[in-house]
Amino acid sequence: MLGLNAKDSRFMLIVVALTLLTPFILNPFPADSALAQFNAGYPALMQRFAIYGLMAIGFNILFGLTGYLSFGHAAFLGVGSYASVWMFKLLSMNVIPALIAATLVSGVFALAIGYVSLRRSGIYFSILTLAFAEMCYRLAYSVLTPITNGETGLQITLSDPRILDGAPTGSSLPTPGFFGLKMNAAHTIDIAGWSFTFSVGYYFCAVIALIGFYLSLRIFRSPFGMMLRAVKSNQQRMNYTGLNSRPYTLAAFVISGMYAGLAGGLLAAMDPLAGAERMQWTASGEVVLMTIVGGVGTLMGPVLGAGFIKYCENIFSKINESVLHSWFSFLPDGIEDVVTWIFARFVGEGWHLTLGVMFMLIVTFLPGGLVEGGKRLAARRKKKGDVDAAKHPAE
Amino acid sequence: MDAIILQLFNGLEKGSAYALIALGLTLIFGTLGVVNFAHGALFMIGAFCAVTLSRIFQISFVTEDPTQTDFLGNPLQVETPYVEKWFGADAGAWMIDYSVPLSILLTIPVMLLVGYVMERGLIKHFYKRPHADQILVTFGLAIVLQEVVRYFYGANPIQTTSPSDYSGTVNIGAMFGMQIFYPVWRLVYFFFSAIVIGGVFAFLQFTTFGMVVRAGMADRETVGLLGIDIDKRFTLMFGIAASVAGLAGVMYAPILSPNYHMGMDFLVLSFVVVVVGGMGSLPGAVAAGFLLGILQSFASLNEVKAIIPGIDQIIIYVVAIVILLTRPRGLLGRRGVMEE
Amino acid sequence: MSIKNISRRGLLRTGAVTAGGLALPTIFTSSASAYTNEPTGSSVKLGFNVPQTGPYAEEGLDELRAFELAVEHLNGEGDGGMLSTFSSKELQGNGILGKKVEFVTGDTQTKSDVARTSAQSMIQKDGVVMVSGGSSSGVAVAVQGLCQEAGVIFMAALTHSNDTTGKDKKANGFRYFFNAYMSGAALAPVLSNAYGNERRAYHLTADYTWGWTQEESIKASTEALGWETVETVRTPVGAGDFSSYIAPVLNSGADVLILNHYGGDMVNSLTQAVQFGLRDKQVNGKNFEIIVPLYSELMAEGAGSNIQGVYGSMNWNWQLQDPGTQAFVQSFGKKYGRPPSGSAHTSYVQTLLYADAVTRAGTFNPCGVVEALEDFEFDGLGIGSTYYRGADHQCFKDVLVMKGADNPTNQYDTLEIVEVTPRSQVEYEPDHPMFAGGELGECNPGA
Repeated sequence: MLGLNAKDSRFMLIVVALTLLTPFILNPFPADSALAQFNAGYPALMQRFAIYGLMAIGFNILFGLTGYLSFGHAAFLGVGSYASVWMFKLLSMNVIPALIAATLVSGVFALAIGYVSLRRSGIYFSILTLAFAEMCYRLAYSVLTPITNGETGLQITLSDPRILDGAPTGSSLPTPGFFGLKMNAAHTIDIAGWSFTFSVGYYFCAVIALIGFYLSLRIFRSPFGMMLRAVKSNQQRMNYTGLNSRPYTLAAFVISGMYAGLAGGLLAAMDPLAGAERMQWTASGEVVLMTIVGGVGTLMGPVLGAGFIKYCENIFSKINESVLHSWFSFLPDGIEDVVTWIFARFVGEGWHLTLGVMFMLIVTFLPGGLVEGGKRLAARRKKKGDVDAAKHPAE
Repeated sequence: MDAIILQLFNGLEKGSAYALIALGLTLIFGTLGVVNFAHGALFMIGAFCAVTLSRIFQISFVTEDPTQTDFLGNPLQVETPYVEKWFGADAGAWMIDYSVPLSILLTIPVMLLVGYVMERGLIKHFYKRPHADQILVTFGLAIVLQEVVRYFYGANPIQTTSPSDYSGTVNIGAMFGMQIFYPVWRLVYFFFSAIVIGGVFAFLQFTTFGMVVRAGMADRETVGLLGIDIDKRFTLMFGIAASVAGLAGVMYAPILSPNYHMGMDFLVLSFVVVVVGGMGSLPGAVAAGFLLGILQSFASLNEVKAIIPGIDQIIIYVVAIVILLTRPRGLLGRRGVMEE
Repeated sequence: MSIKNISRRGLLRTGAVTAGGLALPTIFTSSASAYTNEPTGSSVKLGFNVPQTGPYAEEGLDELRAFELAVEHLNGEGDGGMLSTFSSKELQGNGILGKKVEFVTGDTQTKSDVARTSAQSMIQKDGVVMVSGGSSSGVAVAVQGLCQEAGVIFMAALTHSNDTTGKDKKANGFRYFFNAYMSGAALAPVLSNAYGNERRAYHLTADYTWGWTQEESIKASTEALGWETVETVRTPVGAGDFSSYIAPVLNSGADVLILNHYGGDMVNSLTQAVQFGLRDKQVNGKNFEIIVPLYSELMAEGAGSNIQGVYGSMNWNWQLQDPGTQAFVQSFGKKYGRPPSGSAHTSYVQTLLYADAVTRAGTFNPCGVVEALEDFEFDGLGIGSTYYRGADHQCFKDVLVMKGADNPTNQYDTLEIVEVTPRSQVEYEPDHPMFAGGELGECNPGA
């Protein structure tokens, strides 16, 4: 199917099914139950799963295949966001020109930065990309304010020209749309206490992420992908055979930069604002962490990692002490306070602590990331002790 | 002219902080081959050693003064530090005043312990793992450390004062017949870091231990084959690197009020310094630290900013890019270190 | 992720349930209500979006304390705080319109992006009708824009930039806190009395939106006094070591340093300026002075003895003697064992004002709330008579000019009130050039 072999087709179909059913999967608890706190099936978060998943997929093409660890990918995300918000301001609220601009502009940035940075390898490459990204962030935050609107972030306003859309009507800001389909439109279905939200924005992101996933699957299986793996395993030997690896790594860098730019464009399409913090080194680091947490070089890993980190950020940070008290109110008073106190250190203001501990546990006990964890579970379930499968990730 | 001399001093002082942090980081790179993202957290812990000791000295017993009231209208509680009770008012006051330099005595054992625990408990298992895994686990550790500090000290910067004898300014232009005043503590910091840097170099250069470590940095395998237990030495080396970071932090506390995320703020910068100097090169780290410190100071001059707006914010990265493109392994880096 | 229990059979089962569900007649869509998140049960949810991590985390925690206290008082628990002193007597301590008040919290990390995501989750997942909080103008402006589009009310807490109710004002957003212009207008007469009219000022300004409007405002009002502006220098946010920006001040011929910094930057730049001996200097035959236009207690605590004698302005301070302030300080102090900060006060007051507006309007519909809050005159919430202007949704009230206390007796009274500048002195026209360029637009009920 679509140039994939049977196994990959099956894999692809499972991914498609999971993606389409996300609104159900992420809302396992009834809306009124105490556990509803853990539901993640609301549009804004589902969109972010898809968007950051897309970004991590792209990042994995560079890092997973070639081993080049870029610490500046957030710059492309930011550039993509700015490009698409400018398209919203100047051209039209249709997301198509915005996404095309985001991909192209970030591609140009990636070409320039990659061309320079790829002259070095190892940690020197990482620091070069980091330096470029921090420059972008610093400038966007201060000197380039006329273009980026600084700390506040670039927003659309009523007075923007939007030459393709014609004169604005009414006093409320227009929303990004796909030929009349509004990105913020949503439909909620209530079934016996459960509540599922289907958002246009999410499905739009999901379809693009699926296309991105398909492309990355093809790249992984292609001769080009083989070349990139050769760079990772032994670049020197590759050079000695007379092959110049630079065009391949540069191509991988630009492709992954365009993925990041597209993700940035989607972020802006879901919520038309582009902030400079998107380009900070911590944002770049987050993508690296997503990829490692999920499983470097595996196809599904980065997506899982992205979901894991975004879930922690959005769900754990919102659990406060009064929520905890309501959960543990069945316990005797003294014990309740102790239990609440302990849990409170890890949620709400302490959610960073949870994140840090999780990072350490995952990397220590699951060197291959979440994907390996899943494989180990599967292997254990089979009871055949097929440990080899877990040791050799089949991507 | 005055402005240039002042910025030169600012650059030296900034540079000495950068150099100290980068020195510890590059020691860990060079000896253990580990990318330590928790190094900034070690710097932060050092700074909080100063905060802790000054707080310990200020632990007080309370007596009520019925003549005054607090904000809720209750009798005012007057506090007297225990150290003043135990060592007499003068000695106690002196100890409180000198709590920052005195905390050096606390910092060294604390950092050695932290380094030992970190290396034996965690880092040891990551020597053979990819750098990406090392980054992830040390980054996780850094987050945990800073959240623990935040739990005890809050998120606000905590003012930590230098001893009052060293808190004023001194005329550094006197010998040229000029009037240039510069804060004494910053000069103290500069000389302090010069001593620490010198100490580390002397230790590596003139002791047998240092010789073995240097040999281990050059070729770990061969040293191992010679029957030398290099692992034990590397553990100690990690402790020393942690102490250097801690010392950089403890004396910096009066200059930069410690807060729980100061380590993260310095993390990127310290990596840039190390890489510009060349991975695993100690003199390179020191040279790059001073170079970047001085350049950053001069870039903040209004005259420079008028020509290139925003240059003070990006100068470090510009310099890093230029150096890495002209000198493939940084200023003094060796071939083959951390390039794969 | 909750992916762990997905097997193919599980998926099939879910699919079957869905198909069944779709056929059921009990299908509600979001368009069934008259406005976004219309509360239908016996309770109503408010969203408190504050920084819980990052440099402003303490400020955020203090805001959260105040929010929690306000919710308590609205629900009739505790001593009622300012409910008894508030000039509007609509709130009875039985929730809002008889509905019990619940709240959700979120972490903004002081980043516009994250703050918007967090607010989105409150609106989409938790169904809040009002969002409050913030600790930075960039964040406030970003979240205000979001609330406008989503159709909920935004009650800004800590935001001091002129833009929030200037070029970025929104019909669904309200600001109780004062702004940079008011700081400048309130400080000018005090500065003129203390330091005279022939001064040369050097500005260090945090290089982002708030810093710029703060610099513009204080520069305008000091220049109106006759002061000369020697230089305005932008410093990177979070620079840490400001030495290379402070050193040039020494020989610039300036005799006043104005630090347009906030938070950790303010603590560091002020501490370092003092270390460079600026305050011991004599220039042009006058004592060198430092001014910090925007003060906060938490930051003053961080700067310690360095703020002694340094002038600045504040929205409110717990040392005020009016009944509203005293009631608030009493109940806050009893619950948390410390006096409330200015940001806590704003958070508390904004929550009460929202609840009161809903009660007076008789509906949670944002358009009703906007109508009730616009041009609303009230008193008894600390600092005297206050006016919520309809034209730009900015509150007008007296402004406090503060000075670092010379002999603080504890960590909470590091600042003392020098003067309460009357409201008439800090008022301005809605079309003032510093605030021009934005459109309030119309209230948006969403849905």
